[in-house]
Amino acid sequence: MAVELYSDDFDPWALVARAERDIPAEARGAASVFVGRMRDFNEDDTVTGLFLEHYPGMTERELERIVAEAESRWPLLGCLVAHRVGDVRPGDALVLVATWSAHRIAARDACSSILERLKHEAPFWKRERLADGSDRWVEKNTPGS
Amino acid sequence: MTVTVHYFARLREEMGRADEQADLPTESISVGDLWRHLHGDAPPERLMVAVNQEQAALDTLVRDGDEVAYFPPVTGG
Repeated sequence: MAVELYSDDFDPWALVARAERDIPAEARGAASVFVGRMRDFNEDDTVTGLFLEHYPGMTERELERIVAEAESRWPLLGCLVAHRVGDVRPGDALVLVATWSAHRIAARDACSSILERLKHEAPFWKRERLADGSDRWVEKNTPGS
Repeated sequence: MTVTVHYFARLREEMGRADEQADLPTESISVGDLWRHLHGDAPPERLMVAVNQEQAALDTLVRDGDEVAYFPPVTGG
C-alpha cells in the first residue's frame, strides 16, 4: 500500500508500472487503474490553471485510512494512490488510484470506492484560475464523476 | 487550555489568516462552541472540522494542546 503526494507533474503510468513490479505476477489476475487529469474547462468557463491546497499531515492520514479500509474490505494484492498538490496545469495528472487483486470485481470495486471516498473525505481544495485572470474556489465535485 | 486552530481554502481567505492560538479558561470545549468563542456567531453551513488531524463533528470535545481545523467541503480528485 502506498500513498504519495506530488508537488510537480507526475507520470501515473510510470507509477503503475513501478508498483506492479512488487506484486507477484502469478497472483495478480486483475488490475484496476483510474487516472484523473485537469481539464481546461469547468462549468462553461475556460480554466487556465489550478491550485490544489491540502492539509499536510491530515491529507496523508486520510488517504492511508481510506486505503486501509479498502484493504480490509477487499482481498487486494496491492494499492497505490497518488495525488497532485500545488499549482497544476491543464492536462497534468491530478489523481491516480490503482488496485491489484486476483479477480476483477475486487480490483474494480476497491478502485472505485477509494476514488469516491477520496473525493468526499480527503482534505484537498481546488482554486481555479480563469481565462480573464480571476480566481475562484471550486465549491463541489462534478456530479457523477 | 490552549489550542491551535487552522483554517483552509476559502475559509482561510475569509478569515485573513491560516492559523491562530486560542486560550480559554476551561478544560474542554466542543468544536462548535470554540467557533462561537472565536468568531461570535454560529458555525457556517457545510463546515467540515478535524481534531488532531482526524475527521470530527461540531460536538467533538477539544482539550488542552489539541489541533483543530475548520474547512469548507473538500474538492480533491
